[in-house]
Amino acid sequence: MREVTYYPGCSLHGTAREYDESFRGVSKLLDVSLHELEDWTCCGSTSAHCSDEALSVALPVRNLRIAEKHNREMVVPCVACYSRFKAAEAGAKEHPEYLPSPYEAKVSVRYALDFFCDAAMIEKLKEKVVKPLTGLKVACYYGCLAVRPPELTGVKQYENPEHMDRLMEMLGAEAVPWSYKTDCCGASLVMTRTDIVVNLSQRILSMALEAGADCIVTGCTMCHANLDTRQAGLPAEGGRNAIPVLYFTEAMGLAMGHKETGKWLGRHVTDPIKALSDKGLL
Amino acid sequence: MIRQIQYGRREKVLTCGSIWICASCHTCSVRCPNDIDFAHVMDALRHIALRSGIGVGEPSIPVFHKAFLDSIKGTGRIHELSLILRYKLKTRDFLKDAGLGWQMFRRGKIKVLPQGFTGGKEVREIFNAYEKGATR
Repeated sequence: MREVTYYPGCSLHGTAREYDESFRGVSKLLDVSLHELEDWTCCGSTSAHCSDEALSVALPVRNLRIAEKHNREMVVPCVACYSRFKAAEAGAKEHPEYLPSPYEAKVSVRYALDFFCDAAMIEKLKEKVVKPLTGLKVACYYGCLAVRPPELTGVKQYENPEHMDRLMEMLGAEAVPWSYKTDCCGASLVMTRTDIVVNLSQRILSMALEAGADCIVTGCTMCHANLDTRQAGLPAEGGRNAIPVLYFTEAMGLAMGHKETGKWLGRHVTDPIKALSDKGLL
Repeated sequence: MIRQIQYGRREKVLTCGSIWICASCHTCSVRCPNDIDFAHVMDALRHIALRSGIGVGEPSIPVFHKAFLDSIKGTGRIHELSLILRYKLKTRDFLKDAGLGWQMFRRGKIKVLPQGFTGGKEVREIFNAYEKGATR
């Protein structure tokens, strides 16, 4: 049993509820014991780093200091929170004056996708795949913050990442090659400049359809929300004008035969259940 | 943008809508042949624009950020429904995405009540420092 601290962040307690449920579900099947960070607060997200640098360091560091009390690594499924934690680690080192007392960054912060792509976890996952996703073509969509900035994420192949593709292939799916893996969906502009987000998201959706994918797989709550909910008016491609968007943890749950997968997928706005049932996977 | 900064066109740069429309995707920073971390430059421009009180080019975006930060200050975490209502009260655009909100509610994605938390004092101290500009 591997013990880790779990920082859910605000989205996983709200609109990304199925990401929280599926992350918890697959962690349990992989003998990972999650301890939710006690009394966590928001990482500050886009709004803090767009408003003030010191604030964007102080808010994540409050959580990191709590995490430091435990001798465990901290796993973060929301890539936007993860990015703020990594930026705050660097910011606290470069600008100690932003904080009332020094922060030494003793806790290891891991993005959930990277965590599950570790060799040891992959070995464990191999044993647990009972319903391989045979015949399912997936477009792995990493988005921005899972890979950029590379000096914070440590991802070497930041222009054409492949780790999620390999994870999906390990689950039995076919990861299609396409060139929009790390293009931006517009993220939090969805509230203020919805037109931009619809434009950017639909370009990504269209390219995934053109690449012949049955579904998109992602590990970002903002990307998921934008791609899942902004499909109205999407031009038809090969007779299809909609494409389901799964969290990678849902795909893992599906391949591991987690009994609640249907419940997680039922929370999506663009229905994934029909496409997966047609393939005999659900 | 970089050229405008070099020319010292302060008002033109700070009132430009682009600095708020930038979604911080960092693509420019990783592809810049001159290794300029432009995503970070955009952050700095936004900070300067906010502090200088200059009229901004895309006013709804800083209004959203303010609503977001007020939410954190109030409840420590973002309660999405409260944030959306807070933002809509300022922009008076109540009908946009109402249908989508209903679809998400039906699927259990919208939490009606915020969660309790006990770190209020620490969060208030962080925001006090921010509002006083103590760290700048």
